[in-house]
Amino acid sequence: MRLIVHNMLTCNIKGVINKFPLRIEAEKVIKKEVDFNPDFLRHMLAKIEWKALVDGARSMGYTELPDHAPALESDEPFLRKFHHALLELNLEEGSLVCQESGRKFPVEKRVPNMLLHEDEV
Amino acid sequence: MKLKQLEGLLGGLKQFSNPKVELEQYPTGPHIASRMLFTAENSYGDITDKVVADFGCGCGTLSAAASLLDAACVIGFDIDPQSLETAALNAEELEVDIDFVQCDVTKLELKGQIVDTVVMNPPFGTRKKGADMEFLSAAMKVASQAVYSLHKTSTREHVKRAALRDFNAKSAEVICELRYDLPKLYKFHKRKEVDIAVDLWRFEPRQN
Repeated sequence: MRLIVHNMLTCNIKGVINKFPLRIEAEKVIKKEVDFNPDFLRHMLAKIEWKALVDGARSMGYTELPDHAPALESDEPFLRKFHHALLELNLEEGSLVCQESGRKFPVEKRVPNMLLHEDEV
Repeated sequence: MKLKQLEGLLGGLKQFSNPKVELEQYPTGPHIASRMLFTAENSYGDITDKVVADFGCGCGTLSAAASLLDAACVIGFDIDPQSLETAALNAEELEVDIDFVQCDVTKLELKGQIVDTVVMNPPFGTRKKGADMEFLSAAMKVASQAVYSLHKTSTREHVKRAALRDFNAKSAEVICELRYDLPKLYKFHKRKEVDIAVDLWRFEPRQN
């Protein structure tokens, strides 16, 4: 699971209000190189929930992202870090934890399992 | 990439080894998949450099097509772990990056406007009544730019009405009519092969 996906996943258990973001518990993280596409990244900057990305990256061992996205978004070194965090870090094994209910959604072989149990729907 | 080349690459993908009838698991053939995604990109610019979600991705045929047409990010969503495993193998074979999420698409809640385009070959609702409309409703909540979906031609008026009236569609157009040829997959299928008239739809959601 890459952080671009994590940035959209929520806990959809019935009654939970604080659904996003899910906290990451990383057991195994892999890095896979992806082509750098600055136009796409600039476009994504407006859509990404920044704090969730920073915290998610930290949970996966990457601490280079600034606490806030810089005003000058054409700054290439920054875009490279953004690129790495958003698209090149991949959670192979671990869990996504709902901050409110504590429910853990397992991530196995890079696939998060968001299926709810009968009583959670 | 040319259409024929895309179709050829998709033809080599592994499909369901033990299809589950209750999930209406039918492969999306390379003929339909290639035309669907090729049109989405060439006529509407909805795939290249976009974030594309494949709802009910099964073995990942539409996801693979989106990747091959240079989507910036492709995410396949499906409820069945075996299909997702096959989809992951297919992605590896083609050397494309696809993220997968195991979930019930009809119960999914995704935050934000990250997904540009949703592509899907949803269940037609022959096993679980209304499944086709549930998938469409879910897709319209997630896509910020466009939804491409296949529905039986016999449901055309119903789909159009539901999309415009209930699912927040700004527009609902049938791009083309295709023949979906289904090989005899399940024991209850009497004929060796049957082809169904399906509409390829493009829906545009209203901006939120």
